[in-house]
Amino acid sequence: MTSIAPPALVHGRRLPNAWDIAAILLVMGVLIGVVSVARGTLAPLAAAQATHIHLDPAYLPGYAVRTTLRMFAALFLSLIFTFLVATLAAKSRRAAIIIIPMLDILQSIPILGFLSVTVLFFVNLFPGQQLGAECAAIFAVFTGQAWNMTFSFYQSLTTEPSDLDEACRSFGLSPWQRFWRLDVPFAVPGLVWNMMLSMSGGWFFVVYAEAITVGNTTFTLPGIGSYVAVALQRRDLLAIFEAVFTMLVVILLYDQLLFRPLVAWSDKFRFETVQTVSAGEPWVLKLVRRTFILREAAGWVGDRVAVIGRLRLGRAERTFASLKAGRTSSRLGDGVFYALVIAAAGYAFWQVATFCAAHLAWSDLLTCVIDAFFTLARVLAALLISCAIWVPVGVWVGLRPKATKLVQPVAQFLAAFPANLLFPLVVAGIVAFRLLPNIWLTPLMILGTQWYILFNVVAGASALPGDLKEVAASFGLRGWLRWRRLIIPGIMPYLVTGALTATGAAWNASIVAEVASWGKTTLVAKGLGAYIAQATTAGDTSKIVLGVAVMSAFVLSFNRLVWRPLYAYASRRTNLG
Amino acid sequence: MDQHVTTHTLLEVSHCRQAYPKEANNELIVLDDVNVRLFEGEIVGLLGRSGSGKSTLLRIIAGLLRPTSGDVTWQGKPVRGPVRGIAMVFQSFALFPWLSVQENVEIGLEAMGVSRAIRETRAEEAIDLIGLGGYESAYPKELSGGMRQRVGLARALVTHPDLLLMDEPFSALDVLTAETLRTDLIDLWSERKLPVKSILMVTHNIEEAVLMCDRILVFSSDPGRVAHEMTVPFAHPRNRLDPAFRQMVDDIYAVMTRRKTPADLRAAAAKPATGFATPLHPIGTNLMSGLMETLAAEPYNGRADLPALAAVLQYEADELLPLGETLQLLHFAELEEGDIRLTDQGRRFVHADTDERKKIFAEAARTHVKLVAAIRQVIDERWNHRASAVRFRDELEDHMSPERAEETLRTAISWGRYAELYAYDEEGQQFSLEDIEEE
Repeated sequence: MTSIAPPALVHGRRLPNAWDIAAILLVMGVLIGVVSVARGTLAPLAAAQATHIHLDPAYLPGYAVRTTLRMFAALFLSLIFTFLVATLAAKSRRAAIIIIPMLDILQSIPILGFLSVTVLFFVNLFPGQQLGAECAAIFAVFTGQAWNMTFSFYQSLTTEPSDLDEACRSFGLSPWQRFWRLDVPFAVPGLVWNMMLSMSGGWFFVVYAEAITVGNTTFTLPGIGSYVAVALQRRDLLAIFEAVFTMLVVILLYDQLLFRPLVAWSDKFRFETVQTVSAGEPWVLKLVRRTFILREAAGWVGDRVAVIGRLRLGRAERTFASLKAGRTSSRLGDGVFYALVIAAAGYAFWQVATFCAAHLAWSDLLTCVIDAFFTLARVLAALLISCAIWVPVGVWVGLRPKATKLVQPVAQFLAAFPANLLFPLVVAGIVAFRLLPNIWLTPLMILGTQWYILFNVVAGASALPGDLKEVAASFGLRGWLRWRRLIIPGIMPYLVTGALTATGAAWNASIVAEVASWGKTTLVAKGLGAYIAQATTAGDTSKIVLGVAVMSAFVLSFNRLVWRPLYAYASRRTNLG
Repeated sequence: MDQHVTTHTLLEVSHCRQAYPKEANNELIVLDDVNVRLFEGEIVGLLGRSGSGKSTLLRIIAGLLRPTSGDVTWQGKPVRGPVRGIAMVFQSFALFPWLSVQENVEIGLEAMGVSRAIRETRAEEAIDLIGLGGYESAYPKELSGGMRQRVGLARALVTHPDLLLMDEPFSALDVLTAETLRTDLIDLWSERKLPVKSILMVTHNIEEAVLMCDRILVFSSDPGRVAHEMTVPFAHPRNRLDPAFRQMVDDIYAVMTRRKTPADLRAAAAKPATGFATPLHPIGTNLMSGLMETLAAEPYNGRADLPALAAVLQYEADELLPLGETLQLLHFAELEEGDIRLTDQGRRFVHADTDERKKIFAEAARTHVKLVAAIRQVIDERWNHRASAVRFRDELEDHMSPERAEETLRTAISWGRYAELYAYDEEGQQFSLEDIEEE
């Protein structure tokens, strides 16, 4: 199940090229454009947001529903974005050349840092209404899921088996029919898996986005996140526990009703010719498949939906024009396209330059980079500690099929739980015991994402070939030698995948974790996360942009310079043949 | 020949040429001046070795590939893309794993916009015709290979095409299953139950071609062209053990192992000097030793008839011929008129012990395989006795497709390793003399 590597690992090159630079400029240009729109609007908003959040537990179910709805709205948007943008990138060589590096960069932008700016942007679009903040929250979750889903879909589109492509063309399927008959089904396993990973991360964002303070204004949306935020201000531990419990129930329902059935269902689309033993049917799927009424209803709905896919929209490709090999690229078209990209990148560069000249000094950059190294040290320390704990545990579990069956769903469940709901409890502890925030705020960063390490290691250990384990046993490989020769090489690709996911999210979480408050007490750890968080509180958008840019640069170079080569090395060494 | 062959032309391929541009003014020619005419009511086989461009030709006819030059005419009209009236059966079946048998069969009709009721009736007909009744709701992964190819056939037949194209339809199946499918198909064809006018099939299996086709076009490789055309005069059902049948198989083997004609050699000479860029077949040294030992032993005593040898070893011509040619390249054996004969050098190799064999092989490889010699020479010339594989790959890619270049380089690496001529580091993509004892 976890054999699907994150797009950041498998796609693209290590060294940046001209397109990467153009993509960086364009992304930065858009961010600054958003900032410029948002800046002018800060003042007149002060009175607009005054949603009252009740701490009465009776309100919690309602809040939970609203939080969940935000999640699904974002998921729906991401899906539409994925279908449109990935298809465009796959069908147009020119579009792909700029879309792909842009996605790669967008993937590594810490959206939490940018949330305040997007809130202002959307509030400006819908002045005086709750809708703006609502859109900003949904947009935050969207930006957390859309990119890797798009990547996954694009990757499927470009790796479609050529014989199925030929079958589609020779039978004359129209583009619309082909999309629903080949493109989407082939992409389903990877897409569902990425969707689920994004959803897990999404809970974190939606909870955070419900209560955000920019300058003197606090935007609150009714939901579990804002409930916790209010409880935090009032130092109401009981309310926090109630919220955590509600969230547990929500995640459990989401896990059982959606996640598991969807993943099991997506197995049907796995492109393999041998029949594999499936890992058991989740009860919801069993219910639908075995209960007469539900099965009929699902079948009826499925038929209606399938009819849409059969529509002959668009004309079948009855010419050679669609052939990639036969297509002679028009020089003129290329020239116009390149000129447009260069012009756009140039304009973006000019925008970025004037923005920086007007609002920032070199010393700001220096502060940012120094802070970034502090956060980097913290991320690495957190990663090392969680590896030291979870690798042995994961291997122990993974080598025992029974334990694996028990632990794997729990780890996936925990990964979906928004860890920021637990922060207040930890912070209360730090305050009570007067611990050093610089050290003790660190674990918060990886609190929610350490589970990725656990379940990837478990998956890796349980995928160790039986014959190799037998060889190791029969030659008497024990202790460290067994780890060095068998276990570590075997789990390496999985561990790298898990560690990449965990660290990526840890950078993001640093914005929330390096500044934490408990009632009137505020704890600050030195680092880039705190820098961005404080800039947000101060409403200083130019510093936010700088902080976000530096953090993106760190994440991006870390992915390219460390994780990607490591993954390539590990998978090359551990694949036979 | 079958009675229902007419003189009505269904399809005509004229002066078809397929080439892929390479760097500079080099190009890789896959098909060169191919002319094929297909009549109503016949089964025609395109027979040739892998890489002879016969699958490429099939795709050009299907409208899936545009020829570099030349024309394809279908019922008098030029082919400019996938044509209604031509359906294809794939070597790999190409079934949609997420669709049931019924849905897979219906897909061509869906594309034509046929209404649901008619779709279901016609799919039912095709499924019954091809012997898939009862499997309608099964998914491809639940089926055996033979059943999957039946789905592939039903999917093509349901559209009632005039021409059925089959790309090595039975080569992914085991021997017995393939035989059942062939007989079933021929039976349906003879009884005129197939809703098609003609069949064009690609194959590398000589017996299959003689068993099924009315006409066989033998392709030569590099570049692919129709080297020979023969008519199969036997009536269906055909008997593989019939002496005339055997004779025809023997004749085709002879055609396929024939030395190049003077015209071919002239064409080869016209090409730019390739240096070491001769494609190598990916044949392992164990396989070579095995064949040489078999040849040296009873009952062959150094000489064997290729079809007979293929039958005993359960090889197809496509597998045995590259092996024979590799031995010929290394001067361990010679191919002549459908026979293979072990040379003195080959006998020496068979009777030698492991170390001695390596020495004999090393000498043969350095003398006769230019690429191996070149690699060793470059390593010897370098002060650090190292050489990057990249430059060899680049040079090979100037003269052949990237896949072929990779295959050739891999083969040279494996031969050089066996002969202990050089070592190769996969991570660094470098040749070296590490652990190689100096002579």
